Amino acid sequence: MRFMMIVKSQKDWEAGVMPSEELMAAMNKYNEELMKAGVLLDVAGLRPSSEGVRIRFSPGKRTVIDGPFTESKELVGGYWILQVKSLEEAIEWAKRAPFPCGEDEDAEIEIRSFLEVDDFAPSEAAERARELGKTFENKK
Amino acid sequence: MRVMMIVKANEETEAGVMPSEESLSTMGKYNEELMKAGVLLDLGGLKPTSKGARVKFSEGKPTVVDGPFTESKELVGGYWIVQVKSLEEAIEWARRAPAPHGPHKDAEIEIRPFYELEDFEQALVELGPGEHSEAIERMRERGKILSEGNK
Amino acid sequence: MAEPTPDIHRTIDAVWRIESPKLIASLARMVRDVGLAEDLAQDALVVALERWPAEGIPDNPGAWLMTAAKRRGIDLLRRETLLERKHEELGRDVTARQEQAVSDLDRALDDDVGDDLLRLIFTACHPVLSREARLALTLRMLGGLTTDEIARAFLVPEATLAQRIVRAKRTLAEARVPFEIPRGEDRAARLSSVLEVIYLIFNEGYTATAGDDWMRPALCEEALRLGRVLAELAPQELEVHGLVALMEIQASRLKARTGASGEPILLLDQNRALWDQLLIRRGLAALAKAEKPGGGSGPYTLQAAIAACHARARTPDQTDWARIASLYAELARVSPSPVVELNRAVAVAMASGPAAGLALVEALASEPSLKDYHLLPSVRGDLLAKLGRNSEARAEFERAASLARNARERELLLGRARACARD
Repeated sequence: MRFMMIVKSQKDWEAGVMPSEELMAAMNKYNEELMKAGVLLDVAGLRPSSEGVRIRFSPGKRTVIDGPFTESKELVGGYWILQVKSLEEAIEWAKRAPFPCGEDEDAEIEIRSFLEVDDFAPSEAAERARELGKTFENKK
Repeated sequence: MRVMMIVKANEETEAGVMPSEESLSTMGKYNEELMKAGVLLDLGGLKPTSKGARVKFSEGKPTVVDGPFTESKELVGGYWIVQVKSLEEAIEWARRAPAPHGPHKDAEIEIRPFYELEDFEQALVELGPGEHSEAIERMRERGKILSEGNK
Repeated sequence: MAEPTPDIHRTIDAVWRIESPKLIASLARMVRDVGLAEDLAQDALVVALERWPAEGIPDNPGAWLMTAAKRRGIDLLRRETLLERKHEELGRDVTARQEQAVSDLDRALDDDVGDDLLRLIFTACHPVLSREARLALTLRMLGGLTTDEIARAFLVPEATLAQRIVRAKRTLAEARVPFEIPRGEDRAARLSSVLEVIYLIFNEGYTATAGDDWMRPALCEEALRLGRVLAELAPQELEVHGLVALMEIQASRLKARTGASGEPILLLDQNRALWDQLLIRRGLAALAKAEKPGGGSGPYTLQAAIAACHARARTPDQTDWARIASLYAELARVSPSPVVELNRAVAVAMASGPAAGLALVEALASEPSLKDYHLLPSVRGDLLAKLGRNSEARAEFERAASLARNARERELLLGRARACARD
């Protein structure tokens, strides 16, 4: 299963302050751990929302709104994409992450699973796979 | 530059309502367009937050909170990552996207440029000389994995 | 398949998956016996399964498991010591070794276990073991898969697989296979055994047509993960990157290669918008590493380079067939096989026209190993049809249909035969 671990932004990030050397080193080490475990597919940091825009879609209309956007705690600051076996495994990896904004700063990582092709088209094969999966889960 | 185009979730996606066949096919066509233009690096749709969790970092300890989470309009519903020349090009691509939640629903796509490796290198250089040359080397290696291949 | 609420057993399963390879690798270095190391780790897991549901998951589960395994190991060492005490002169030695082992165990978690993991991979894929045993042992010790899961993946009863693992461990112990990273002349052969095991696991998931659908993608994912791990552990081995590139690019097409009712869709007919761009990007990056000076000529790297030609083409008609044909020629040189030759013929036909391709196919006509291979007459029929030689083409398609093992494929080939008759 593929998961996205989203780090929520905070004020310093939004102000474009670079993380401390210490935090960067800790992050680097963590990323390497993920790589060595073969679970890391992608990792990235996003620039402050002041450098971004939003396109608002309302019926029949598209409007461009320039950043910055204010709700910094809800903005995406960066993310990892992991390939793991279960939500629990993703959670275990997230718990091992360094404090995303440094030790003294509260922070949050949101773990989200990806939609798979199966989710869109409930075919017979997908249904069967799901059944088998269930039997398997129950057996454990 | 690499840019993430984030589609915000809404009540319906959070409730796990699947898009109609028609929206799926318009979206599929748009994705194909991005691919044929050679700008598409990745895309993904996320399941509702009820299928996810949050790990909160506070007072030295991570705690796990189960989904769902309520602020649906601020949640990520899905995204594209595109390689473009400028923010303007990304905006043009986003404007061409089908309305994410169907033609009759409000929606939002947020466009956010990535930090590239050079930004971090620059930051490390600004911190002054130190033991980070190896760290830079490793980051460069990793950066290659993530940015190469789009030739 | 995960339920929204994290479940304690699945959490333990997750912790196990993350920690077990490191745990087994560190223990194996200490006890110099991979089988025993795995047993100790399993014992620790049993203790965790008893205690964690009530006590909660410890803050540092890896260290906890290591301590539990260590206790168990020391118990065993003590018992061994008692036995060996009978030989008085050895007594001090054993005590010293025991103390050494204890402090080794203490340090183990802080160490970089990279080399131990590499040793573990080489040991699990040791040529002294049968191919089946290598696959099972690798998945069990490095993939953190349960015996049940592996058995389901390979369609054998769980008891059979458990037996296979027990026997494999015994074989390793009896053959006194050293827990080491092979060097010198041995290394290339040993590495190729490792790559073979990983690619077999991948193919088991990718191409098998029968079996438990649910485990199939899991095998692909697991092989990819092992490949990525190996690329991190032995980055100087360029062919490892070639294998990773090949698997990433092949896996990028997983969603596009079957239709709504499970029918296979050929590469050129696939909807390329369904190809996983992230995996393609990773594959191309791994290929760039594999093609660094000194590399690029191994069979996995060459196959990856061919796969990359398709991945780079945004539409089928943008495919660089000339390059694919020359890569197949190179592949035929390093690992000659009639199937590679047939593929080369197809690429040559695409690049230089059906007549050029047909000449290569004709040369394969008397190849005994392709006697019952339906793709030979199928390709031949296709090329003949393109040259307007319809009655010959029809005969080839009919022959191909009679050889095809899959009903859907047979139907497709008979359809083509009928089309030839109409024209």
